[in-house]
Amino acid sequence: MLNVCPLSELPPGEALRVPCSPPIAVFRTEEGEVLAIDDTCTHQDASLADGWLEGCQVECPLHASRFDLRTGAVDAPPAKRPVRTHRVEVVDGMIQVELSLDTPNLPPGLAAGSGANA
Amino acid sequence: MHDITIVGASICGLYTARALRAEGFAGRITLVGDEVHRPYDRPPLSKEFLVGTYEIADIQLEDEDEHLDLNYRLGQPAVGLRAREQSVELADGSLVRGDAVVVATGARARTLPAAHGLEGVHTLRSLDDAIALRADLQPSHRLVVVGAGFIGAEIASSARGLGLEVDVVEVAPTPLAGPLGSRFGGILARLHERAGVRLHSGVAPATFEGDGRIRAVVLADGTRLPADVLVVGVGAAPNVEWLSGSPVAIGNGIETDQHGQTGLPGVFAVGDCAAWADSATGRPLRVEHWTNAVERPTVVAQQLLHGRTSMVPRPTYFWSDQYGVHVQFAGSIVDHDEVVVEDGDVDALRFLVTYRRAGEVIGVLGVDSVRQFTRRRRALSAIRTPA
Repeated sequence: MLNVCPLSELPPGEALRVPCSPPIAVFRTEEGEVLAIDDTCTHQDASLADGWLEGCQVECPLHASRFDLRTGAVDAPPAKRPVRTHRVEVVDGMIQVELSLDTPNLPPGLAAGSGANA
Repeated sequence: MHDITIVGASICGLYTARALRAEGFAGRITLVGDEVHRPYDRPPLSKEFLVGTYEIADIQLEDEDEHLDLNYRLGQPAVGLRAREQSVELADGSLVRGDAVVVATGARARTLPAAHGLEGVHTLRSLDDAIALRADLQPSHRLVVVGAGFIGAEIASSARGLGLEVDVVEVAPTPLAGPLGSRFGGILARLHERAGVRLHSGVAPATFEGDGRIRAVVLADGTRLPADVLVVGVGAAPNVEWLSGSPVAIGNGIETDQHGQTGLPGVFAVGDCAAWADSATGRPLRVEHWTNAVERPTVVAQQLLHGRTSMVPRPTYFWSDQYGVHVQFAGSIVDHDEVVVEDGDVDALRFLVTYRRAGEVIGVLGVDSVRQFTRRRRALSAIRTPA
């Protein structure tokens, strides 16, 4: 399990990027649910933690693809592939994430670990 | 309604088909396209595709799991509209009949006639354009870009990243003054110099020298810029000429009401080719942004099928990625009387500013400030959404 931060440091409606490899995004919805997905949009290199959180969906900050935070499914294109979801637990006030063992769906150009292009 | 023809098989046409299906239309959809390619995403053509990070498969827009059941007519430009029958004539003489027509024929790159006929001269609009330009961007080549708008800047950035020597020529005194105002257009232009690209603004290209291939661009002030490749990025013109024999109203684009409905029953227009009546002024306003081409098809589909729409358009949004920097803008700068730096450092080219009119925020510009920009954009939408 990965210790992310105390729950008290992530207010409802906010998101946090965890710089692991690949990075993940942890969201606390307005309703208080804490959910974690891969941070990188599957369409192009963008941080979903910077995106627009609405209910249980996040909209990519660059091109408006939408992902369901519970399932990782694409709710609106241009993204075509889902993001991975990660299991979250809050233990003694600490947000903990169990990283998925699935292969991540990184956008073209990042998949080979080549980093962002200029 | 059994049969709908969409003219234009780019993103706007595809999204129109998606929106029609999402609204429950189960009839036949014919998607006519002048290019031979299935719908693809254009923004990467000046960036990831140009530098070779993306290939064709990476920019295809259709999802293999979606079953839109479209009847494609590709490689066939539409040449005429028979308005009374809602039928579209194609270049091969065939006629596509239907109950309604959605025109999404987009726009094409403007050219500079003086540079016609020389090898190494490019515009960038289509996938085929991008393939040709990509092959010409050899590191040993010298590139001149005419036009320092978003496309020109992105191409300059991509070429510089590939190792080319690059000069950018802009006729206006300040690049991007139209969309961003002269102060911040000028600030963004510093990205060129920071990357070692020479920007020549306030001067027009006078002559194009060549020996079959472009060899130099001579500017009006006498400056001679050696070139092996020339890219002309001087804006786009709507593809509307094929409608000239029809009763559809055409100005700068196909003129429609606030929902894309032309003056002809059953004929709609959307995307880069269309000038919808602006909700604020009532005047026709043609918008060329990607987000416009993906959001407005929902309005058209609802209006076409149900005669009304529940969709409230969001403020205009566009972005540009150049020299490794994310530039994002939402809203408008029209009649702004103040620009406020909200966050970051303008000189470091990482900042967020708001454009205001009588104190009210009407536009937001973010440079490498994605998170802050999202918040401001969201606040802007909340203000603009009617109660």
